[in-house]
Amino acid sequence: MDFTLKIWRQKNAKAKGKFVTYNLKDVSSNCSFLEMLDILNEQLVHQNEEPVVFDTDCREGICGLCSLYINGRPHGPDDAITTCQLHMRKFKDGDIIVVEPWRARPFPVIKDLMVDRTAFDAIIQEGGFISVNTGGAPDANAIIIPKEAAELSMDAAACIGCGACVAACKNASAMLFVSAKVSHFALLPQGKPEAKERVRKMVAKMDELGFGNCTNTFACEVECPKLISVSTIARMNREFLWAKIG
Amino acid sequence: MNFSFLRFSSITKKIWMSLLGLFLMVFLILHLGINLCLLRKDPTWFNDAAYFMGTNYVIKVFEVILFGGFIFHILVGIILQLRNWRSRPVRYKINPRTDTPFFTKYMIYTGAVVFIFLVIHLMNFYFIKLGWKESPVPSLPNGHPDFYVVARWLFSQPFYTVLYIVFIIVLGVHLYHSFRAAFQSLGLNHKSYNSSIETFGIVYSIVIPLGYILIPIYYLI
Amino acid sequence: MTELNAKIPEGPLAEKWANYKAHQNLVNPTNKRKLDVIVVGTGLAGASAAASLGELGFTVKNFCYQDSPRRAHSIAAQGGINAAKNYQNDGDSIYRLFYDTIKGGDYRSREGNVYRLAEVSNEIIDHCVAQGVPFAREYSGLLDNRSFGGALVSRTFYARGQTGQQLLLGAYSALSRQIKLGTVKLYNRHEMIELVVIDGKARGIIARDLITGKLERYFGHAVVIATGGYGNVFYLSTNAMGSNASAIWQIFKKGAMFANPCFTQIHPTCIPVHGDYQSKLTLMSESLRNDGRIWVPKNKEDAEKLRKKQIRAKEIKEEDRDYYLERRYPAYGNLVPRDVASRAAKERCDAGYGVGESGFAVYLDFEESIGRLGKYVIEERYGNLFQMYEKIVNENPYENPMMIYPAVHYTMGGIWVDYELMTTIPGLYCLGEANFSDHGANRLGASALMQGLADGYFVLPYTIQNFLSNEIRVPRMSTDRPEFEEAEKSAGDRLSKLMRIKGNKSVDHFHKELGKIMWEYVGMGRNEPGLTKAINLIRILRDDFWKDLRIPGNLDEMNIELEKANRVADFLELAELLALDALERKESCGGHLREEYQTPEGECLRNDKDYMYVAAWEYTGGNNPYKMHKEELKYEEIEVKQRIYK
Repeated sequence: MDFTLKIWRQKNAKAKGKFVTYNLKDVSSNCSFLEMLDILNEQLVHQNEEPVVFDTDCREGICGLCSLYINGRPHGPDDAITTCQLHMRKFKDGDIIVVEPWRARPFPVIKDLMVDRTAFDAIIQEGGFISVNTGGAPDANAIIIPKEAAELSMDAAACIGCGACVAACKNASAMLFVSAKVSHFALLPQGKPEAKERVRKMVAKMDELGFGNCTNTFACEVECPKLISVSTIARMNREFLWAKIG
Repeated sequence: MNFSFLRFSSITKKIWMSLLGLFLMVFLILHLGINLCLLRKDPTWFNDAAYFMGTNYVIKVFEVILFGGFIFHILVGIILQLRNWRSRPVRYKINPRTDTPFFTKYMIYTGAVVFIFLVIHLMNFYFIKLGWKESPVPSLPNGHPDFYVVARWLFSQPFYTVLYIVFIIVLGVHLYHSFRAAFQSLGLNHKSYNSSIETFGIVYSIVIPLGYILIPIYYLI
Repeated sequence: MTELNAKIPEGPLAEKWANYKAHQNLVNPTNKRKLDVIVVGTGLAGASAAASLGELGFTVKNFCYQDSPRRAHSIAAQGGINAAKNYQNDGDSIYRLFYDTIKGGDYRSREGNVYRLAEVSNEIIDHCVAQGVPFAREYSGLLDNRSFGGALVSRTFYARGQTGQQLLLGAYSALSRQIKLGTVKLYNRHEMIELVVIDGKARGIIARDLITGKLERYFGHAVVIATGGYGNVFYLSTNAMGSNASAIWQIFKKGAMFANPCFTQIHPTCIPVHGDYQSKLTLMSESLRNDGRIWVPKNKEDAEKLRKKQIRAKEIKEEDRDYYLERRYPAYGNLVPRDVASRAAKERCDAGYGVGESGFAVYLDFEESIGRLGKYVIEERYGNLFQMYEKIVNENPYENPMMIYPAVHYTMGGIWVDYELMTTIPGLYCLGEANFSDHGANRLGASALMQGLADGYFVLPYTIQNFLSNEIRVPRMSTDRPEFEEAEKSAGDRLSKLMRIKGNKSVDHFHKELGKIMWEYVGMGRNEPGLTKAINLIRILRDDFWKDLRIPGNLDEMNIELEKANRVADFLELAELLALDALERKESCGGHLREEYQTPEGECLRNDKDYMYVAAWEYTGGNNPYKMHKEELKYEEIEVKQRIYK
């Protein structure tokens, strides 16, 4: 398969970036999208040009490091996957593929397609934990957790923190991410004691960092590689309301 | 005025937005009820209702809340939107192709259109009531403006009628997204009642605007 | 170098850890915050260690090369974590977990360490539940278990197919809490380049800020390395793209010994290789072997037709299928340990019964369990894995059997550590996959998560105090000291040297070539001529690397090719040591199969008389040959037997 790639190149955080067009020939349809970029980079190195920088690590859809806004969609034109799980068979021969970094005020570009997502870590540091020190925990089966609660909690905990929700949202809102974290703990009895403080602090941090507001377009849900539901956002709204008035 | 709402957290603003929105939706039903009196040849029902609305003290209190509600809803909406625009300083080259309902993304614009309509509407009726503007038609014997005739006079102008219908359709679009979104913002999202909320929202956003549109159409015929 | 002393505490096996803790030195709370500890790595071992040390009050500096601690590759572990809880009432106990781990490791691990691991396994589960890890539960609300290879009991706790993710997020959340409290300072997108040794003790590191390209100096009263394994020496592995051995290779070159490098684990259930552009291999969790049956056709003609896609797997009749694991190992069946399953798959494929286009694949079939349990149950248990498979292979595993083949997954070998997890450099510790301590020659499924967390949560926070209690009078040292200067210079020189080569070939070229050599000669089956050849080929390739490498861009900026080059340069050296160790170990055991040493049935033939030791390699400077030290393994509690899973 042959492709025309239009890729955002930006030397560093301060530099002005631009789109650069590359042509790539004879790519196997079984190739993953990032392997296709590897092939491009191999060619660039041969031409003594700097390779395209993009975040990648596990390449099996779990570390959440890969990103990329491909032809108008975070993680590209397929559902429930990360970019590393996207395969070229999802494109047509001769396609023009536009690759952009994720855009949001709290996600500044570091270089080319690599963005800084440490804003997410800052939110977690505000309250995305249960304050338990190592040692001294009761027997694991001393805490009975209904299967349904455990499953719902796991649904939310499956979030990989990739930031596709922010990238997809027209407002660059981080509500799906934050609500997934809030829900994960709010649904478990262990998480209840700190629930009010947690949601208040995490939401305050989210606002402070400059993420947008949720306007319920639900684009985040569509693009989430782990299919996290917007019902987690409703749960966070509920938790937040309760934290304020309860 | 207390501007502390500017510092509200994003979710607090959203909660206010939806509470006010739902309140305004209730008002729309009430307003429609009165408007439907216009369908009678006899003006007394409509004028009596208008008179009641204009003089009753309970209603007067509610009027303040209603105006406050409108202003607050609009202000918070604008504040939210300004922040949303700022949260993505560099925009994408390719427009998002994520599959989401079309109108959900244009609430600020439909809202702005509804706001313009609201201003025109207030000028046409409320300003007369306040005496800021001369009534285009003679007043009632009791000295109150004859809104029945004002309404009929306005709808006799094709330009105004068309504008009115367009505005009401835009309002419908605004409402279409609002209903479910309001419940979502208030934290009400559960598979056991989501479909009911959604159905009710669709019915509401079609039936109410249809009711409003019915009146000029009726006059045209 | 002095003789290796594992410092195993006295007393009966079951009391050693309690005895150790009762008598070790501790640091008083006010002194703790005056002591700096550097932790490199934020996987299960690193994050749990950094968080726990922070909770105790030490001043911790934690480093990771990714943007966030939560990206560490522990996150990709799918199946589960073992613990001797015996919640299923199926006869499990600490002793049994200990026994299974020693046996699974083919009697090449230390009794003392492994017993302690089994002992703390239960505390790990308690702690993780308290942290909010959403483990799978029964309808009663109690924890659920499943079974894994090499065990006759169900002792594996799991969170769907994302156990590693959930455990790492647990450790990461604890770490995040400490970061907010200020006890831990996180340095993300930083890669350790050099270790700083002052007066014989590890006192700091040189790290490169991957965004600015600058080298930075960091002081610590002690240094903890938890940077994972070296599986990427094979290029294609289930490791992440960034997983590297540079930290452990640097400390090796500063005097920490490297133990049993040849003990690498080949995981039997991975998605087969499909092209040379491929960048990594994807694991299909071992848990699939609970319900999936592994087979190849009985007749070579059928295999041939399957390879040419003339027929489909479903068309092969039941009596024409060879469920070779069930045939060879009736007691454990499809749940034999990984090394056994991998070897069996290789044996069948080498004999010409392999399927898939390349002929290097076997079937993992769920037809029978879907029939027995219903598609719904299978979907609930393995849905995400099936989806992952379908995305990669473009085939529906509910309808056609999965195709799998072994791939490099884990490295049991690693930096030599004593009972306290201290390396041969005082003040330098090594945790998790990066050390060699607990898995012997083969690791059992769901034991890596257990070991990483045991080391980080429950072992190191104690043992490190035994060292630090003597350091309380040592003030924080200035990073202007000549030792730091020298370390930074040598790190800088090495990077500049890489930049100056200005040859013609990319880093990936060399890495792929290295991978081919390693897989061909140092992979699943090893023999003397092959290993000798491999060592030569590696040397040639290494020379070529230093002559013909090309790195575009500059030193003092983000440079991904330079990052990779630095890692590959280390792999090129480590690879030789790995092959050398494999050559020296003239026996077959666990993941190390020397083709010369097999039983007539093709099972591993161990040589306990001559090789019941840990081979700890020492770097002797420059191009001098590596020197091997032996730590004899003594089994007091366990009777050493041939590993039989029949």
